[in-house]
Amino acid sequence: MREELLDQAKLAVELGKQAGADDVVAGVSWSRGMKFEWREGRLERVQESTSRRLGLALYVDGRYSTCGTNDLEPTRLRKFAREAVDLTRCLEQDPHRRITPPELYGGRSDVDLELVDPALADVSREQRVEWCQEMDEHARNDPIVQTSECWISDSHGIGARATSNGFEGVQEETGVWFFSEVSAIDGDKRPEEHYYAGGCHLAGLPRPASIGEEALRRARARLGAVKAPSTRTTMILDPEAGAGFLGRVFGALSAGSIQQQRSYLAQSLDQPIASAPVSLTDDPLRVRGLSSQHYDSEGIAARPRTIIEEGVLRSFYVDTYYGRKLGWEPTTGGTSNVVFQHGPRNLEQIVASVQDGILVRSWLGGNANMTTGDFSFGIRGHLVKNGQLAGPVSEMNVTGNYGDVLARIVEVGNDPVPWSSFRTPTIVFEDVQFSGS
Amino acid sequence: MSTTSSTDPRTGDPLHYDLFGIDEPTVLAVLAEAMGRGAEYADLYFQQSRGSSIAMEDGIVSSASNSVDRGVGIRALVGDQTGYAFSEDLDREAMCQAARTAAAIAAGGGGAPPQGLEARSGEDLYAIDEAYEAVDVSRKLPLLQEVERRVRAKEPCIKKVSVSWRDGDSRILVVNSTGGALADYRPMALLAVSITVEKGGEVQSGYWSVAGRHGFDHFDAEVIDGLCQEVVDRTLILFEARRPPAGELPVVLAAGASGILLHEAIGHGMEADCNRKGQSVFSTMIDKKVAEDCVTIVDSALHPHERGAINFDDEGSEVERTVLVEDGVLRSYLHDRISARHYGLERSTGSGRRQSFRYPPIPRMRCTYMEDGPHTREEIIEAVDFGIIAETFTNGQVAIGAGDFTFYVKNGWLIEKGKITAPIKDVNIIGNGPEALGRITMAANDSKIDTGGWTCGKDGQSVPVSQGMPTTLVSHLTVGGEDA
Repeated sequence: MREELLDQAKLAVELGKQAGADDVVAGVSWSRGMKFEWREGRLERVQESTSRRLGLALYVDGRYSTCGTNDLEPTRLRKFAREAVDLTRCLEQDPHRRITPPELYGGRSDVDLELVDPALADVSREQRVEWCQEMDEHARNDPIVQTSECWISDSHGIGARATSNGFEGVQEETGVWFFSEVSAIDGDKRPEEHYYAGGCHLAGLPRPASIGEEALRRARARLGAVKAPSTRTTMILDPEAGAGFLGRVFGALSAGSIQQQRSYLAQSLDQPIASAPVSLTDDPLRVRGLSSQHYDSEGIAARPRTIIEEGVLRSFYVDTYYGRKLGWEPTTGGTSNVVFQHGPRNLEQIVASVQDGILVRSWLGGNANMTTGDFSFGIRGHLVKNGQLAGPVSEMNVTGNYGDVLARIVEVGNDPVPWSSFRTPTIVFEDVQFSGS
Repeated sequence: MSTTSSTDPRTGDPLHYDLFGIDEPTVLAVLAEAMGRGAEYADLYFQQSRGSSIAMEDGIVSSASNSVDRGVGIRALVGDQTGYAFSEDLDREAMCQAARTAAAIAAGGGGAPPQGLEARSGEDLYAIDEAYEAVDVSRKLPLLQEVERRVRAKEPCIKKVSVSWRDGDSRILVVNSTGGALADYRPMALLAVSITVEKGGEVQSGYWSVAGRHGFDHFDAEVIDGLCQEVVDRTLILFEARRPPAGELPVVLAAGASGILLHEAIGHGMEADCNRKGQSVFSTMIDKKVAEDCVTIVDSALHPHERGAINFDDEGSEVERTVLVEDGVLRSYLHDRISARHYGLERSTGSGRRQSFRYPPIPRMRCTYMEDGPHTREEIIEAVDFGIIAETFTNGQVAIGAGDFTFYVKNGWLIEKGKITAPIKDVNIIGNGPEALGRITMAANDSKIDTGGWTCGKDGQSVPVSQGMPTTLVSHLTVGGEDA
């Protein structure tokens, strides 16, 4: 399959060249997925999918366009490529649109990232049903449960990439995810909580029973949630809530947002943008990492990079196009695995040391303006009093400005969530604005 | 009823058989496979979609993207249970293989597939003069250039302008085991502009869009000028805007896009799949009084050319205007075929929608709005001693079981002693659905549907929707402000 897809990509490069393109980048992807959804003691829905798609980037007379199709029938494909080249000729010339220079392809790592779990191919329908059953039985093992749902999904994907200036590559990965959700009875309300786990490999994942148990434990902990009074206090971010909050900052680190003047961090290279406990790297070569890769979407050879070092911004995400516009060296266009340098303690130990604060478990809506750094998000979480969780809170917002609150980080934990490529541990912010009653 | 919009404007092929390279015997054979294990119902959803986008940045229209996607989604139902598979290959054997996969949800003998098909028709809500595939890119370029020229002419301090255009033609054929076959041609277009303005060392950016199932001719000088004026006005006001104080405040919702409150506070909770499963805070509230008499909330597919308009739903069911709340009383959920059967209804509300042939349909909103109330906008603002009026929005979400919902206010104003005073920006508002409905104390006579490009996400599927609202007062919601 890997060879077949690469051959298709190379053929597509040829078709683009024959249609008159100066340079062509072709990617052919194939994926297969299966999802079993379970509810109240039986299967609710089974979905199976197999997809194949071709994407082309065309450089024609200083003009540029991309196109994609899942119709790979050779005659129609030839017509598709010809029409795409003709369309590109109608656009305006842009001196910054050029194919990735081949020197950026060089130095590609050949480390085995272990992204494919061969064991997944052998998982039977019966096994999936058994896992669903096990998750569900443990999720609904309490009279407070109104209803519960769970699912198991797995996937296998291969992407081949070829270009007219000598790039060839194939990346392959598998994934498997377990998810359990519980709706609890809480007066007139039915607050919902979930837990999930997943990765490239089955090995290392919790037992389905413990995933169901954790969903139930979380639902129990939400009972009786109240809106607390508005306050400025310490915010403890649960590891699972970190990506939703800090992921926004990475939008402001992209060369595109800087060149378009939509980043509050445009002038911040080698300046402090967070407090000293914050050090993080972008590591595409992490073994079994959820966003690990040998090369990025432009073919640039992947390598780990320091993004923030003791609070100081050390690197932006620079693709080749905006790099040319800004006159900057390209790095890579987007995040891979974001890895924090750990502090000494985990969530439990940190909570035990906080006199007064709010533990944010998850977000509900909200948004951020990365031109100014202003944000405002809905939260669900727990009050923290004298080192103890003091009851669930809901229907509250947290509001501020990233430039301000990142400087208020006083501690980074040692407990990153394993099921995410954004590996935030517990993070503690001082003096953050919450609004409630 | 008419079939003009469903007929392919290019070929006149009423059921798109030529487009998909299929015929009736093939379709019947695939349906028979889908029911081969004893399914009670099966449907096939053929789709060919073509999309294109072009973008202008730094004064150059220098990128474009075109995509083609085609395939068939095959679904088999047994009671509440669904088997689903799709095939991108419309070859008979490939489709039959996918149908056998879907059929495996049932474990019995053969069902009763139809022996023939009957072409049925739906509404005619978005007929346009020419399909977008016929609109050459050379005609779209001047549109983007005109937006940039106009927006720059309105404000000299603009540093950056980016303009984007997206259009799509989707041709679908839904065939189901009741023997019905319905075809549709669904256009979509969106014109959007982002600007960045710098004044006195401060930088602010803004975004505005106009979208709908319109033809290319809709985007005339008036629409373009309105788009440019909005983005300039909404961005410039940010230089003066501040955060309101934190906490509970009266919130006036301006007419139009404030319908995002309905979408989140009640709409999702009224989708019948989550009620069937007992997950929604509204599960036990049908026929109960949930709001004041002035509150009537509707979800309708029937607004011509709006993003949420559909001639029939993605299960091939008739569409309608569904009243969710009538004079303050909760009336009807939004049903697809599965939930309608579960609740013993004769038919669904035509709310079964899907992102594409890759996904099974589920109950979704279409165009959600509140009807006119008895008050005027002026009366409502005068009634507020200290609060805010929210005008533009960028994001919303709901937890349907707890009922908590949020929406993000991009622009608004403080109201002090019955008068609009200082501008506000960038605050999230959070409330609880049933409680917020009960706190709608005034509604004005100025309801309108917003023309922006709203998209709703649920269960990993995105569908285009519309929303609308009259000026409305909610007595209190929690505003994510900052204390001085």
